[in-house]
Amino acid sequence: MPILIREQRYHHIKALLARLRLDASARVVVLVEKDGQQIAAHGEVGDLDTTSLASLVAGNVAATGGMAKLIGEKEFPTLSHEGDKESIHISVIGRVLLVVVFDQRSSLGLVKLRSKQISQELAAAFAEIERESELPGAASGLPFSEITDEEIDSLFVQN
Amino acid sequence: MTFINYASREINCKIVYYGPGLCGKTTNLQHIYDATAPQAKGKLISLATETDRTLFFDFMPLELGTVRGFKTRFHLYTVPGQVFYEASRKLILKGVDGVVFVADSQEERMDANIESLYNLEENLKSHGYDLMKIPYVLQLNKRDLPNVITMEDLAAELQRKGEPVVEAVASTGVGVFDTLKAVAKQVLTELRKS
Repeated sequence: MPILIREQRYHHIKALLARLRLDASARVVVLVEKDGQQIAAHGEVGDLDTTSLASLVAGNVAATGGMAKLIGEKEFPTLSHEGDKESIHISVIGRVLLVVVFDQRSSLGLVKLRSKQISQELAAAFAEIERESELPGAASGLPFSEITDEEIDSLFVQN
Repeated sequence: MTFINYASREINCKIVYYGPGLCGKTTNLQHIYDATAPQAKGKLISLATETDRTLFFDFMPLELGTVRGFKTRFHLYTVPGQVFYEASRKLILKGVDGVVFVADSQEERMDANIESLYNLEENLKSHGYDLMKIPYVLQLNKRDLPNVITMEDLAAELQRKGEPVVEAVASTGVGVFDTLKAVAKQVLTELRKS
């Protein structure tokens, strides 16, 4: 069953990320699904490859989750990686991962606090997306039900 | 799990290349990366050991084009093939939309193929997937080597459900895009059903 992100939900999540970015004085904020798919990103993205960041964050969280289980913990709810100039803070919020990239303009303490404060709203927003995706016939309005074999084949013509 | 974003008009799908150690999973991705126009691909990320064996996974996003106004993007992953990386292999399968099993056609690797395929079925099951139901392609790689088993014999041993079987030489690119196309087509067809 695909996850369907409707425009209204997407803009709501983007607004939450924008608020967090401002409150935490962060560079970039990214919301990622636990399997590695990016849901939304906001901030000074520039040439930051947020798609790769999303897949690596999910791998990172999955690996540390595995470590947690080995020592008898359910999971580690937050992860931080501090560099000389740039740092990353990750919060596990149910099925989504909140990633905050920040520099000297902010601090780990502030990022942790602001991430925690917004986590419930983000969890609720994603729960709505999941609920809508699971509704009977949720995908029925999609244009894909009529995709032809020729259209699929045409994707590969340039390759 | 396929993600469909109405606001950014994007479909994102996850495809995993599975198979025994040194069968050519990373080589498949490397060829796709080398042969794709820069605007259609992201970085190829390889989490590998110093000797270039995959440690955790390889990853590359690939944009194939537009269907009905939606950009279709495939996230291609490989798993580490070596037996002892079981924990990481299992993690990569989470949320998978389609699987390519890369078999090594050499006679001496037959046992490794069988073991890896069995391992794939088990790991899919642990995430609630059934190999018999998900989009799946069998690639018979290294067809250029002298000591290979015939395609018929390999298919008889490894084919599970009438899935497409593609002969390949990933190091030169033969069969690589045919394999990707076969699995992508099934993933998009699944979308049509939903």
